[in-house]
Amino acid sequence: MGKLKIENLTKVFGGLTAVNDVSAEIKEGEIFGLIGPNGSGKTTVFNLISQFYPVTNGKIIFNGHDITKKKTYEIARLGIGRTFQSVKPLKRLTVEDNIMSAAFAREKTSAGARKVAQDVLEFCLLHDVSHMNAGGLPIAGRKRLEIAKALATRPSLLLLDETTAGLNPSELDTAIDIIKKIRTELGITIVIVEHIMKVIMNISDRVHVMAHGSTIAEGTPSEVAKNPTVIEAYLGSEFIMEKR
Amino acid sequence: MYRNEKIKLFVINRIEWIILASAIATPFIFNFSPYFQGLLIFVLLWVIMGTSWNLLAGFTGQVSFGHAAYFGIGAYAAALPYLHWGISPWWGLLTGGITAVILGYVLGIMVFRLRGPYFALGTLASAEILRIIFGEEKWLSNGHNGILYMTTWVSKYPYYFVALILTIGTILSVKIVMKSKAGYYFLSIREDEDAAEAIGIDTKKYKNIATIISTFWAGMAGAFYMIYMGFVDPETVFALHNISIITILVGIIGGVGTIWGPAVGAVIMVLVQELFRSSFFGLAPDWVSRFHAMAFGLLVIFVILYVAGGVVGDWDLIAKKFRLKKSAEQ
Amino acid sequence: MDLVFQTLVYGLLISGLYAMIGIGMTLIMGVLGIINLAHGQLMMVAMYITWVLWQYTGIDPYLSIFITIPFIFFLGQGISQYLLYPLIKKESILPENQVLMTVGIGVVLVELIRAIFSSDYRSVRTSYTDASIHLGPIFLNVPLAIAFLISIFFTIGLFILLTKTDLGRSIRATAQDRSAATLMGISVKKITILTYGIGSALVGAAGVLLLPVYYLFPDVGPIFTVKAFVITLLGGLGSPIGAIIGGLVLGVSETVGATYLSMGYRDAIGLVIFLLVLVFLPGGLKRITKI
Repeated sequence: MGKLKIENLTKVFGGLTAVNDVSAEIKEGEIFGLIGPNGSGKTTVFNLISQFYPVTNGKIIFNGHDITKKKTYEIARLGIGRTFQSVKPLKRLTVEDNIMSAAFAREKTSAGARKVAQDVLEFCLLHDVSHMNAGGLPIAGRKRLEIAKALATRPSLLLLDETTAGLNPSELDTAIDIIKKIRTELGITIVIVEHIMKVIMNISDRVHVMAHGSTIAEGTPSEVAKNPTVIEAYLGSEFIMEKR
Repeated sequence: MYRNEKIKLFVINRIEWIILASAIATPFIFNFSPYFQGLLIFVLLWVIMGTSWNLLAGFTGQVSFGHAAYFGIGAYAAALPYLHWGISPWWGLLTGGITAVILGYVLGIMVFRLRGPYFALGTLASAEILRIIFGEEKWLSNGHNGILYMTTWVSKYPYYFVALILTIGTILSVKIVMKSKAGYYFLSIREDEDAAEAIGIDTKKYKNIATIISTFWAGMAGAFYMIYMGFVDPETVFALHNISIITILVGIIGGVGTIWGPAVGAVIMVLVQELFRSSFFGLAPDWVSRFHAMAFGLLVIFVILYVAGGVVGDWDLIAKKFRLKKSAEQ
Repeated sequence: MDLVFQTLVYGLLISGLYAMIGIGMTLIMGVLGIINLAHGQLMMVAMYITWVLWQYTGIDPYLSIFITIPFIFFLGQGISQYLLYPLIKKESILPENQVLMTVGIGVVLVELIRAIFSSDYRSVRTSYTDASIHLGPIFLNVPLAIAFLISIFFTIGLFILLTKTDLGRSIRATAQDRSAATLMGISVKKITILTYGIGSALVGAAGVLLLPVYYLFPDVGPIFTVKAFVITLLGGLGSPIGAIIGGLVLGVSETVGATYLSMGYRDAIGLVIFLLVLVFLPGGLKRITKI
């Protein structure tokens, strides 16, 4: 059975169709890459899954339950954690308090939440800055804090939205390590939106490619990389002509 | 030096108990004039109002410009049963808070879908509408003439202790809540509502919880005001300027989003106003007294410009400045 | 039937002034991104200046516009330069810091005036205060009609300023996108300060025009601040045309309400409309992000 199933998902903003009839099935335990050029609707898909926007058409099924009409916070409590492309730290709280706030999704007491937070701090390599205000973190720290907050809600599915954008090469390696460990050590299924091909090709089991709101390909990273439609979408049709 | 440090630490660690003890002991030690006793009670009233506002605005990020609505409805909850059925206003200490909570909940249904400015202005509009209704509907509230009631005690000290109990209740409830899950949720909502939803926070529910606690104490303050003053009229208890705005300013001066900020702000507010009202105990020329309210306004402007976190919120900053000055003098 | 007409005409005349108050608020909201809760208080100051000039030097209210408006304009500029603009870069717990500053400014203005003039009611009784013209069955109150004409004159002047001059284009550009405006070489700081001045001058002018038919006391300020945001919100925020419509809606519904409901509820009507719009048309009004 699939962990998350998206059926004919469509979103129309005014007259603009941002996501057009997209279907996908994410299996338990896999890392599923969602890629596509700018404006292809990847982040919108995330916002639809976590119900930041109401779905125009289609269905979202999580663990066999229809969650299309749930509210954002209910989605989080059901076990879908997410990060934001433009990071949203709780700026004037410390890093630890940020993570604690998230941990309360499953914990009732402060002591319990603090304990979860300690584990997550270690896991995301944030323990050195745990008493810093989140607003003062450098970008790499903020990106990791996004992941940490999502993890602290103890999700079974994690939606990562460009958590490696803007990082330098060594920070990038750290981030990739953490993402891999999320699956191997915590057993969490991951859907990842990413621009950096090195990351997506390196860690994804399967990749779903979107352009202009529609699906254009799906398969393993190596299959997708050879797909002419994908190359065209990314580099324009001239590139393919030349190659021939 | 070492000894001094030790004493200082002792005081700081037990500051809350020391404040409480001196607040209880004050009436037994000093024989204040009734006027001064009245001032003490007013300070406590403003501590309750400021702390109540601060829970909603400073900790949860929902800036209310209409806290007079809850204060006023609390006062009328005490006064109306007396007017119509002769029931003692003291029952207001039970019903005042609850009535305010109900009002807050109803208004919340309207205004909590709104973010930022609409929330603020929605609360302001509600308070103004109530003021006008209670002024116009004579059958309900005796209109602008207000409702009069013979107060229970002549001495003000019994009232002082009632106010002190309410104040302790207010501060304690905020302290406890802010250490719990709800407190973390309030702060998350203040910082970023979208991020809060994404980590599983039912923002609407928790805003309502903050409102319930906040409006309860504002309503209790209103009921107490009625019992203590023995008089209530719409222009006083629903006042935009003298209640809603002063409540906000008390919070700002002391420090928005700090437990003790509004309490400190209330003390400063009453102190500044009284210094000016008495023309600095008669040392300054008489006309100074006319500027008492303006002086407080200027202080607020100064605080927003230079100590945005308020006296408590930016205490480290203020202390540092003073220390620098001291060491420069030496 | 006559009463209906009479009421509508009165509402229309007063709405000219309301439009001017609303446009001032709208400009400030657009460029500074804040609701100016000192708006009515600035108007109150303008009214007191007019009153003093009339009381002690006998200058006619309509003539004193030439003294009052520049004064309020510079007062507004000073406020925004020294009190509001410095807050833009400051971090604070509440995003509404600038709005709270306008609250503080409002308090200071009201209390300053109260300290000087006490809380007594004052009014300017000119020879034409009660004069009226008959247009068929309808009475036109002369000072109100003059106020209406002058407010139309000011409004048209403002629209020409906004649409035809470089300054106006800069103001509109800044309102739309501050950072883009900066990149276009506009001095955003200058425009911000100037806009608050213009907004203040507009509401000040409305105060002067209102004085012959109204009365004056320090707390008149907050009443008009509330009216100003009702007008602005009814008009859909941020557009001067919207402010005119908002002014019209408020002016007419207030007079209709005062005539047919009760005089005492006059000031509540705008607030009720405002709350109804919030409840039933919430989507239509969600445009600004900051208060």
